[in-house]
Amino acid sequence: MTALTSTRRTIRRRASKAPYVLILPAVAVLILAMGYPLVWQIITSTQQFGLSQQFGQPAPFVGVQNYVTLATDPYMWTVIGRSLLFCAACAGATMVVGALIALLMGAAPRGVRIAIQISLLLAWAMPVVAAMTVWNWLFNWRIGVVNWLLTSLGLPFRDHNWLEDPISFYAVALIIVVWMSVPFVAFSLYAALTQVSGEVLEAAQMDGASANQRFWSILVPVIRPVLSIVLLLQVIWDLRVFTQIKLLQDAGSVANETNLLGTYIFQLGTGSSNFGLASAVSIFVLVLTVAISAFYVRSMLKEDES
Amino acid sequence: MTPSTSSGTGLRRRRVKPRTIILSIVGILVALVWIFPVYWMVNSSLLSNVVLQDATPTFAPIGGSLANFFAVVGGGTFLPALGMSVVIAAIVVAFCLLFAFLAALAISRFRFRGRRGFVLAILFIQMLPAEGLFIAQYKLMSSIGLLNSVIGVSVLYVAAVVPFTIWMLRGFVAGIPLELEEAAMVDGLSRTQAFFRITFPLLAPGLIASGVYTFLQAWNEFTIALVVLPSDASQTLPLWLRGFIQASATHATDWGQVMAASTLVALPVIIFFLFVQGRMTSGLVSGAVKG
Repeated sequence: MTALTSTRRTIRRRASKAPYVLILPAVAVLILAMGYPLVWQIITSTQQFGLSQQFGQPAPFVGVQNYVTLATDPYMWTVIGRSLLFCAACAGATMVVGALIALLMGAAPRGVRIAIQISLLLAWAMPVVAAMTVWNWLFNWRIGVVNWLLTSLGLPFRDHNWLEDPISFYAVALIIVVWMSVPFVAFSLYAALTQVSGEVLEAAQMDGASANQRFWSILVPVIRPVLSIVLLLQVIWDLRVFTQIKLLQDAGSVANETNLLGTYIFQLGTGSSNFGLASAVSIFVLVLTVAISAFYVRSMLKEDES
Repeated sequence: MTPSTSSGTGLRRRRVKPRTIILSIVGILVALVWIFPVYWMVNSSLLSNVVLQDATPTFAPIGGSLANFFAVVGGGTFLPALGMSVVIAAIVVAFCLLFAFLAALAISRFRFRGRRGFVLAILFIQMLPAEGLFIAQYKLMSSIGLLNSVIGVSVLYVAAVVPFTIWMLRGFVAGIPLELEEAAMVDGLSRTQAFFRITFPLLAPGLIASGVYTFLQAWNEFTIALVVLPSDASQTLPLWLRGFIQASATHATDWGQVMAASTLVALPVIIFFLFVQGRMTSGLVSGAVKG
């Protein structure tokens, strides 16, 4: 009995070091590639760090000056406003279209459902840069299919340049982002919908519940957890949208008129070497993301503890 | 063919079909809208520039050829970019899988002080946008002389992907009952032997799925590469593709070649993606389904 207890204790003691050894490589790479830059960024956001610091001048400490500069810069507020609006429009459109397609997949005959699933999967699989070259080609002002189609329908879109005007630039970006994001939303919601039992719906119908009532009082409550997680992920992903905007800018539009938070940081940092300001905007984006993610992380932790 | 049969089918048709027909038409339209860009990429890649410059689009690659693909591959810039992407992807998959596997083992097989903090940290880090850190990562890489280097970008990629991979593998490891290992230990194997003979083989599907996920992330990544690989001599495939978009702003573009290039980049991704898709969806929302 005593012998057994003592062996157990040694195993436990030896085991108690093991988990730390096991997480060490992951922790080390995270500290090097994320922890160190994060600390550097926090420090730099309180410094005046521009071109001369790039060439070795010491960076003077300026406290919250960078944050004050940003908070009083109308352009920063324009960029924040644009980013929030664009995020809301993309996430909203993606959710509505994704939910409608999920319902459609549930109701359509098998063959049609498989056709939808295959095309959604292919769209989802497209690497983002490859998708961007294709969309640039589709919206090409001279020989793109979109202008050809609209012109054939009798609309005045011959040689129309979509990327010149900021509003239509964002419309194109929205279409692309929604096209890319809908497959994930549609598949997740469809999977959730298949868990609603047909018998419950039938029983409700026999009790006289209308289609509208069945939708809002049975389907929506059952899929609500998935709905909220998917919406949250869309908001987080659309808030940080960078690649699509950057590549549409590359295709020929004025960056200043179309910047969102991501491209603005890029422009401040690598474009004009204003690392102090760029760091301050980055911190703002990080704080915003962490605040929104907290809810998602909580729901994932629940899974870890179950 | 008697009147009664025809009225019978007519009745059934009237009862069931109008709704089904409308749903089918809408469904097929949806499928067409989502597949069209992918189809258009492949279609254009097979057509010559002369055909593509025509004001009326050509909707099927009749009379097409693989000439664009040969031109792109022989163009001199594709192969170095491909090499860069393959090497980076291989390094990232190898290290990310190893690190994530060890950490997943720790959090699913041990209860230790700091475990909750570690899990919280990887969940939050997984959500951090690359755009929130890339300026600092650029400064880090330039200060240690790793701009434009395979090592530098690989380290950043491993760190970016390892949190989600740990999370994914944690699910797999937790799904294998500890009792299996214990039974093997009762039969005389050491803990390590039991793990490698019993648990590890059962983990193979999880490791493969995580490996494919990691590969896709490294292969498709654009934002970090844009910042820490500024030289034209060290482009990955996404940066190389971006060159075509930039050129199209000012130069006449051979869209057939651009689409061939995009097809070459997308092809391995589409194949691998179809392979892991199911697991990625369930990984991202499983918390919600269970919670």
